[in-house]
Amino acid sequence: MPALPSPPPPTDDTRWQLVDRVMQRLDYQPSALIETLHAAQDAFGFLDKTTLGYIAARLHLPPAKVFGVVTFYNHFTLQPKGEHTLAVCTGTACHLKGKDRVLSWMKERYHLVPGETTADNKLSLVEVRCVGACALAPVMLTDNTPIGKKTFEEATTIIKEWLGDES
Amino acid sequence: MSDTILTLTIDGQPVSGLATETILQIARENKIDIPTLCYLEGLSAVGSCRLCMVEIEGSPKLHPACVTLIQEGMVVTTQTERLQGYRRNIVQLLFAERNHVCSVCVSNGHCELQELAHKLGVDHIAFPGCYPELEVDASHRRFVLDHNRCVLCTRCVRVCAEIEGAHTWDVKNRGMRSRIVADLDTPWGDSATCTGCGKCVHVCPTGALSEKGKSVAEMLKKRPSLPYLVANRTEERQ
Repeated sequence: MPALPSPPPPTDDTRWQLVDRVMQRLDYQPSALIETLHAAQDAFGFLDKTTLGYIAARLHLPPAKVFGVVTFYNHFTLQPKGEHTLAVCTGTACHLKGKDRVLSWMKERYHLVPGETTADNKLSLVEVRCVGACALAPVMLTDNTPIGKKTFEEATTIIKEWLGDES
Repeated sequence: MSDTILTLTIDGQPVSGLATETILQIARENKIDIPTLCYLEGLSAVGSCRLCMVEIEGSPKLHPACVTLIQEGMVVTTQTERLQGYRRNIVQLLFAERNHVCSVCVSNGHCELQELAHKLGVDHIAFPGCYPELEVDASHRRFVLDHNRCVLCTRCVRVCAEIEGAHTWDVKNRGMRSRIVADLDTPWGDSATCTGCGKCVHVCPTGALSEKGKSVAEMLKKRPSLPYLVANRTEERQ
């Protein structure tokens, strides 16, 4: 079978080199898919259809297969993350200590459910399954800064302050 | 060793087959009926619908007949009350998961899900329906994909990847949110990989994939061509 053509990167953005390097190291094997997706998400912050199409073509994989893998794993995201990320721990200890109240407050106030980003791209809300600090339950992370052992009122005040939400 | 003939018992009937054959193949050769949904002759077996589960003497578990190879002296039972109960549950859950309305479906009367329900005596659904809001993709020139009627058997995915070699279809998301997807979530009509061969339409057990212009109960599917296609490709031709 003649070698299939390998497309050049979609743009001359130097970040494509990071993606290309991973594929090259793994010899463009179809099994390099997940590793390549990790590299692409690290480089660009998210995976858009151009990126997926390029990776699929380079690894000679069907685009549908690539899309299936990306949507199967929670780690991969098709949308850019917001400027800030609030992670709420949903592990057992935090669950018992009332993470639900914070999550429903987030939904009410910012119309955010875990995994989504506000329309103005300012804030992303994610659920994390145990951050390994159960003694601090309920734990949340404001841009990777852990905040623990707060009551619901304290927690919402901190979130509002952190976001510069005056009202 | 693959030409060794093994003997076993299925539903009290002594039968025999090769070590490379599955319980389902042997049962079908001997006219013993085991219900299936995701299995289709000519495609790889994935054992995902769990309708072909059978009991094997000496094993506390149930085994999917389509992917379980036969063994010497096996005693298989295919129609116990317990198995029938499970099968009825599976079919009911399939009905409850999406919007299966037979009376307005293109495949009414020629639908494998409907036939299964009929055969297993499912006349009521014991589970509350999910009634999800689902899309219909009619962007293709000749075919329609209706997610409301899809049971995620993945026959279309397999026929496209294994027989046509295009791999236009795959499954996106997981669990309750799983959907059949073309390319990078592209409308079917804009898919760059789809060859428009229509094999997916003809292997689909329900009315999820159909030809355009068909009305209620008009969608007849041509299944038997598949083993013929496979045979023609594997055998050396003069």
